[in-house]
Amino acid sequence: MNASVAPDPMLPQPWRVQAVRRETADVVSLDLVPLAGAPMPFKPGQFNMLYAFGIGEVPVSLSGDPADASRFVHTVRAVGAVSGAIAAATPGTVLGLRGPFGSAWPVAAAAGHDILIIAGGLGLAPLRPAIYHVLANSERFGRIAVLYGSRGPAELLFHDELARWRGRLDMEVEITVDHADPSWHGRVGVVPGLIDKVAFDPKNTVALVCGPEVMIRFTVAGLRAAGVADDHVHVSMERNMKCAVGLCGHCQFGPDFVCKDGAVLAYDRIAARLAAREI
Amino acid sequence: MPEPRTQPSVLLGARVLLPRPALQDLIDALAACGFEVIGPRARDGAIVYDRLRRIEELPAGWTDRQDGGTYGLERRSDAALFGYAVGPHSWKQFLHPPQERLWRARRREDGFAIEPEPAPPSRLAFIGVRACELHAIAIQDRVFMGGAHKDTGYEARRRGAFVVAVNCGTAGGTCFCASMETGPRAEAGFDLALTELIGGTRHDFLMEAGSEAGAALLAGLPTRPAGAADIAAAEAVVARTAASMGRTMDTVGLKSLLQDHPEHPRWDEVASRCLACANCTMVCPTCFCTTVTDHTDLAGQEAERVRHWDSCFTADFSYIHGGSVRSSTKSRYRQWMTHKLAHWIDQFGTSGCVGCGRCITWCPVGIDITAEAAAIRADPAAHGTKRGTSHGNP
Repeated sequence: MNASVAPDPMLPQPWRVQAVRRETADVVSLDLVPLAGAPMPFKPGQFNMLYAFGIGEVPVSLSGDPADASRFVHTVRAVGAVSGAIAAATPGTVLGLRGPFGSAWPVAAAAGHDILIIAGGLGLAPLRPAIYHVLANSERFGRIAVLYGSRGPAELLFHDELARWRGRLDMEVEITVDHADPSWHGRVGVVPGLIDKVAFDPKNTVALVCGPEVMIRFTVAGLRAAGVADDHVHVSMERNMKCAVGLCGHCQFGPDFVCKDGAVLAYDRIAARLAAREI
Repeated sequence: MPEPRTQPSVLLGARVLLPRPALQDLIDALAACGFEVIGPRARDGAIVYDRLRRIEELPAGWTDRQDGGTYGLERRSDAALFGYAVGPHSWKQFLHPPQERLWRARRREDGFAIEPEPAPPSRLAFIGVRACELHAIAIQDRVFMGGAHKDTGYEARRRGAFVVAVNCGTAGGTCFCASMETGPRAEAGFDLALTELIGGTRHDFLMEAGSEAGAALLAGLPTRPAGAADIAAAEAVVARTAASMGRTMDTVGLKSLLQDHPEHPRWDEVASRCLACANCTMVCPTCFCTTVTDHTDLAGQEAERVRHWDSCFTADFSYIHGGSVRSSTKSRYRQWMTHKLAHWIDQFGTSGCVGCGRCITWCPVGIDITAEAAAIRADPAAHGTKRGTSHGNP
């Protein structure tokens, strides 16, 4: 098959697991390559539907470098039958893959601004492609900061990269955990508490936010308090997804289908909905 | 579309009379063109849509009595073939089947191979499509064929379908198509439209072709010219139906009325009655939501994905890791009704409601979408409304 011809988006294509990296006790990152052709381009923030043969399919954000055309990287937490089967894949396992689908972090439009990349828990995975892009083009941005929190030290993703990023002079990295253990010497607390720990010009800042919905709500409240305009805040929403192309209805969030209008949505567009319950 | 059986079309837009017995010729002509003909039948105490071969199978002399949570067939005083409103079925079940395999997969040495489901073989002809249902089909056309990704199965079935519409001679107790501007006259989206003219010794259909294919088919049938009196009689049938709607819906400003009041107390009130049974979504001719299930054989060598109708009233519908987004019945009813009457306009440029009344009739507790909309309109500022400036304040 010629990978430049888009396959029917409803039909999974076979991709082989090339490498598996354990990130935490229940999270792995998979490198995937197509059985035929080459990976198609993707934008930071997009996701694929990953299929475990005979078991089922789940949406998983791309977590690799968008400039690396050799493979797709997905970071998966084992929380159910399907994600458990995908997380248990070993090199050589063939998975089905549809997509990439969905909207992207507005990294091009953010050029010329300070950029805050704010992640909670597994939310760092969908943001990592944006971080790669921003760091590869750091001269186009003002100040760059990554704010990241997890439940505990053992749940932090991408340790080595976090350490590398902390060593860079062209960005700030602030990390916090909800609950520390004796090994932890860093900050303890929730992610919104990191906002005033880094330098940025609120009038000229773009913020990218991904994490649990409650973390998003408190983080956006902190950004507003700091003076960042709603239309400069972008969040990635999570909803149930089955088809990924806006036909099955599951992922509706008000008038938006999160699968095709999102998952990345400008906060000013969804503020009222996010404030109401059970939308 | 059928292959022209006779001369090139000469009748597009013109109106002719087809005597009742010649309706059989229409069915036969469609069958001869390779169509599987589907039409209304009286079965299991309801008007349903099923395979139709003989006009004797049509529900002659039946009508229906409909109200909130109420449906029953009754005898008419005449032998009208289309003297009822819509029943629990809609054409959705043929164009967007309740269950459909999307693909099969087979294990191979190098992983597995996916085989797409072949295109549906049969061409369907629908007889007795009401104006509201034409609009419902047009709405699902936008959903499944109007976006960046087209549903290939729907598109194949839809492109092959032949539509014979019926202008309604009877409004049901829960009908409100006149309010939604979707009926009772069939204006577009049909190959042929008929109006039943019955009275005294007369029993004819005033026929109108809406497509070249319809005109070609009509040209082969034993019709006779319609006179001004026939056309006026047909107009009167539709006007009488329009004037006898069982319900009304005020659509002015309805979109923002619902979108701006997600915390209106009426949502709690309706949730105290709603059983979250999903009947309304199953009978709705525009509800399109589906889920998929993946299966394997026992040996784990073959797998398939099957798509089923789903409903936003189930707990599973909005489930993500950690729980359902919409765990309360209030939020599910609000989602359904706000989607239908408001978000749909953002998504597809049209309301998702065609005023057919099925959701009212088939609701086991008789919840009435027109009454729910009216209740919010009556007091939009009721306590707890209008999310204002608290954005982002959790």
